[in-house]
Amino acid sequence: MADSNRQLQLTADGELKHFLSLEGLDRALLTRILDTADSFIEVGERSIKKVPLLRGRTLVNLFFESSTRTRSTFELAAKRLSADVLNLDISTSATSKGETLSDTLLNLEAMASDMFVIRHAQSGAAHFIARHVTPGVAIINAGDGRHAHPTQAMLDALTIRQHKGSFSGLKVGIVGDVQHSRVARSQIQALNTLGVAEVRLIAPDTLLPTAPESMGVSVHARMEEGLKDLDVIIMLRLQRERMEGALLPSEREFYRLYGLTREKLALAHPRALVMHPGPINRGVEIESAVADGPQSVILNQVTNGIAVRMAVMSMAMSGQLAERQGQLGRASR
Amino acid sequence: MSRVLRIENIRPVQHGEPSQALTSVLVADGQIALIGDQARHGEADQVIDGGGQWLLPGLIDLNCHLGEPGPDRRGTIATETLAAARGGFTRVCAVPETSPVNDSSAVTHLIRDLAAQSGRVHVLPVGAMTRGLGGEHLSDMVGLSSAGCVALGNGGRPLRDARVLRRCMAYAHTFGIRLFVQPENAVLAADGCAHDGALAARMGLPGIPAVAETTAVSELLLLAEETGVRLHLGPLSCARSVALVRAAKAQGLAVTADVTMHHLVYTDQVITGFDGRYHVRPPLREESDRQALLRGVEDGVIDAICSQHRPQDHAAKQAPFAATEAGLSTLETTLSLGLQLVAQGQLSRTALLRGLCQGPAEVLSEPVPELAAGRVADLFLLDAQAQWAVSEETLLSTGKQAPALGERLPGVVSMTMVGGQIVYRAAD
Repeated sequence: MADSNRQLQLTADGELKHFLSLEGLDRALLTRILDTADSFIEVGERSIKKVPLLRGRTLVNLFFESSTRTRSTFELAAKRLSADVLNLDISTSATSKGETLSDTLLNLEAMASDMFVIRHAQSGAAHFIARHVTPGVAIINAGDGRHAHPTQAMLDALTIRQHKGSFSGLKVGIVGDVQHSRVARSQIQALNTLGVAEVRLIAPDTLLPTAPESMGVSVHARMEEGLKDLDVIIMLRLQRERMEGALLPSEREFYRLYGLTREKLALAHPRALVMHPGPINRGVEIESAVADGPQSVILNQVTNGIAVRMAVMSMAMSGQLAERQGQLGRASR
Repeated sequence: MSRVLRIENIRPVQHGEPSQALTSVLVADGQIALIGDQARHGEADQVIDGGGQWLLPGLIDLNCHLGEPGPDRRGTIATETLAAARGGFTRVCAVPETSPVNDSSAVTHLIRDLAAQSGRVHVLPVGAMTRGLGGEHLSDMVGLSSAGCVALGNGGRPLRDARVLRRCMAYAHTFGIRLFVQPENAVLAADGCAHDGALAARMGLPGIPAVAETTAVSELLLLAEETGVRLHLGPLSCARSVALVRAAKAQGLAVTADVTMHHLVYTDQVITGFDGRYHVRPPLREESDRQALLRGVEDGVIDAICSQHRPQDHAAKQAPFAATEAGLSTLETTLSLGLQLVAQGQLSRTALLRGLCQGPAEVLSEPVPELAAGRVADLFLLDAQAQWAVSEETLLSTGKQAPALGERLPGVVSMTMVGGQIVYRAAD
């Protein structure tokens, strides 16, 4: 899996050309994404928040699932890189008329786009598109089914690095519905690749993926035990439909067992960060006082999301250009 | 009066072993007239030089989709039975999930007529045990059997209602009708599309747990015991299912079972990278399951190896994994993949050929195919040493979504004969 994934998203020289999942990407590359993102943070603090890296390029936000936050941060990121942006909310248009995913894509490619940012309800959708897209067009995964949400994981990593300086020795806990979470899957890969000491999943069996240990994590059913000595606590959003699917008895019981309250937070390291990919359910997975409290970095995550997306988009575009030039070079020889 | 054909320089394969000595066979009136040294001489209208190849009785497939009736882009009885002949099969059971579903004698007659007109090999229709495969109302079971269905089945659709299932079995038992059931608990399988293991968990694919199959196998075995129906289960995909069938057989239950060749060869690892080609149902599972399935075939707990041939066009696999359609074109690769298992020491040749020929004959209560004088000349010539390249260009099936694409597999069928007629010859 790692090898095929590496092949699909990297150029022959190991440069990023698509950003689909973190599987198979090494620490050096992830660190480079974080470093590049760091350099873009400064752009957001200027009065004129633009750099010309993607000037003349067209980016299409292709969202088969609705999303406000992720789509708007991708849009902002692209605009700060001076790209032309087209937002398409496909969940209400072509595919409901029976058009296949690849047909939709062919139509959009005909508009001479250079990059697609894709969110789709099916795991593997971004891989599928990357495999079938015209060479030279970059694909960025903005979330596919339960599989991956790599830019979210990288913005979380950036937030952690900003506050903790490095990853070595860190104990990170991920709490809640891991089973249905693409965010958690990407976070586990990012954190393990970047070299944290431990990733713990804190959830009941019904919310855990099959064979979680194979992902390089430890599992704690009791939150009180799992929180002990944690440096970072990542809370996941709990979807209401989990109650209907008989995965949980009630929101109230979930909150009692796994909700992050001030009392439970006190069990972690005193300077532990509290994170959440958003949107948060106050009183379901997190107490308001914790979400808005001094240890919460939830809003930092949003700001960092723009910088990370700028980094990934600019790196993938330059990877595509390098590959195109490389091929032209080889052809002319 | 009738034409006499002699095939010379052949090594007949009996009980899994090719004979050392080269010999001949004489075919007349659609039957094997003579085999052995007596067949070397005597008048023949046509002589084929077997060139030292193996001669085997035709293989039998219990689970095969021929694409017809249905949208023709997925193949027709003409194209898919040619693929069957190329794979060494001379009898194939056509599954009921055609379009329209084979749940009435009219559809059964249509299939038999089409097979008579354009089929290269014998087509044995399997009817639907419930109307429209809907799992709610019994089909006209006796009517279907009288029209020529060799068995009735659920066509891979999960049976949600145990009461309907029990009544299907009781009714089928009354009339001595055989049931072919693919075991799957619909509720536990839910929206799954891959084996519920570490790989699917990492890929974020909804899983089909092994218990979706094993609980169904248990339920089916208990109901079969109670109703006395002749039950055939398959394809099986997990180790625990093999153990359950083993225990049921040990207790004397008249149950039979099959497995597909792809479940004997592959595990869920082949879906790495979201390769929708290997989206099959039941899903490919883990190495421990594959090993248990191989052992089951070896010791006869699993009676038959089927192709589960499902020709799919390109578009069926052009989607993210879960949205692709399940199924592979396998008639042409089944024997070759089996010979590869034999070459790798994973399966004995005896067990392979039993699973592809004697086993399915016994499931169908047919006489065990043999190369002997007086038997129908359903047979094929196999160059077991030769290899062929599996590719979209070399496959005869309309469906090009096949296993082992781009690989070279052992075993080239050079000629297939049905009822004394040559129905397939490899281009030299």
